[in-house]
Amino acid sequence: MTPRLGKDLTGLESLTAEQIGLILDTAEAFKEVSERPIKKVPALRGKTIVNLFFEASTRTRISFEFAEKRLSADTVNVATGVSSVSKGETLVDTARNLEAMRIDMVVIRHPASGSADFLGKRIRSNVINAGDGKHEHPTQGLLDMLTLRDRFGSLDGLKVAICGDVLHSRVARSNIWGLKKLGAEVAVCGPPSLMPRNVSELGVEVFTRIEDAIGWADALNVLRLQLERMTSGFIPSLREYNRVFGVTRERLERASDTLVVLHPGPMNRGVEIDSDVADGPRSVILPQVTNGVAIRMAVLYLLAGGGPDWQHQGGSE
Amino acid sequence: MTSRSTLLDDRAIARALTRMASELVEQCKGTEDVLLVGIQRRGVELAARLSRLIEGLEGHPIPSGKLDITLYRDDLQAVGPRPVVGETRLPSDLDGRTIVIVDDVLYTGRTTRAALDELADFGRPRRILLCVLVDRGGRELPIQPDIVGLRQVIGPNDRIEVLITEIDGRDAVELVRAG
Repeated sequence: MTPRLGKDLTGLESLTAEQIGLILDTAEAFKEVSERPIKKVPALRGKTIVNLFFEASTRTRISFEFAEKRLSADTVNVATGVSSVSKGETLVDTARNLEAMRIDMVVIRHPASGSADFLGKRIRSNVINAGDGKHEHPTQGLLDMLTLRDRFGSLDGLKVAICGDVLHSRVARSNIWGLKKLGAEVAVCGPPSLMPRNVSELGVEVFTRIEDAIGWADALNVLRLQLERMTSGFIPSLREYNRVFGVTRERLERASDTLVVLHPGPMNRGVEIDSDVADGPRSVILPQVTNGVAIRMAVLYLLAGGGPDWQHQGGSE
Repeated sequence: MTSRSTLLDDRAIARALTRMASELVEQCKGTEDVLLVGIQRRGVELAARLSRLIEGLEGHPIPSGKLDITLYRDDLQAVGPRPVVGETRLPSDLDGRTIVIVDDVLYTGRTTRAALDELADFGRPRRILLCVLVDRGGRELPIQPDIVGLRQVIGPNDRIEVLITEIDGRDAVELVRAG
């Protein structure tokens, strides 16, 4: 029996290991589509997808758009500032108006934690979370897992250290939930001011020295230091952050030979990661971007047409 | 109640494949620029066997690829849960080649239609042939095979099961009759 996803993808916390495995395996098949002379398959022909972005995003939005177009879906981008969102319309009103135009799926990024789930419960279209506040960014977590699986074959027993601004990071949360379900060991490392208060309750190891995390890990997932938050006094200075927590070539000299470095982007070169690491042989940052399109194609394909009422129709032939 | 009977056993399958390999080389007028494309999953195994048999006849190997047609199915909007997507692996350039689509069972022709559409997105072959182990009749599209192991017209409620050692542990073609 093939596992199935529900109507929405709002996070990895609520998925089973089998469901995550299904998404990763499906993404494996979709990688090849992007290598074809004609990078397009008709799987979502006739589906209309709205990319509803209430926060700035380049990489994630473009990655979703490529995934949608390579599946032959029709797409519309709605961004704040140029829509009636800026006139004070509520999230649900915006989505219901879109639904009245007969859309099938919504990809949403929103600054409020839980907004994707909130929306999914109120509209009939499939909802995919492209980042909600400090909560989750499931497709980023999935593409990180796919990249690690490509490199190491399996996630079972793999040691992954998530470094940096864990407090503000939805990427960290999605990675922790997803990796643990597939049997990986997860640690976090960063200044105490950027750690959630209850971090050990997430079932992760906590390192306060980056050298210790590097010595322990098979893979480092280096989070972006969210510079826009630096006014609020979480760290003394960028220079000091780099000196104490920066992932540098010198620090990686003591790492295992097979250690790889991930970064969800956009990078602050010279702050959380040095250029010779980002561009060096341990970096899998560009494979992450390539895998992002395959993961999003897999999620769109698995959710499209999915809904409560077709859960009872049986048989695929 | 369903009843099950064997149409081809392992030796009959071996004989059919040997004949099909000869016919294939004959119809393609040799093996130059010929590419076998197996439809996932059992077609892939059958294509690999035909490739080995043709090597025995002609003295050199013949390339084979894999095609998963799931994303080109015309009923994708209606089926649920989503079918698992298998691997597609084809050489980058199909232009000017002779392609032989290999599948286990030919029924409605819809899988073949999907395969033809998908191949067109990879290039412009000179010619495409269709090679199936069993043609069970019941076409819903104007498609016919060029090379056939066994023709057996059966009713819409009955089923042909092709078992392949690499996947199912043994070789057999069985007819499963409903009721």
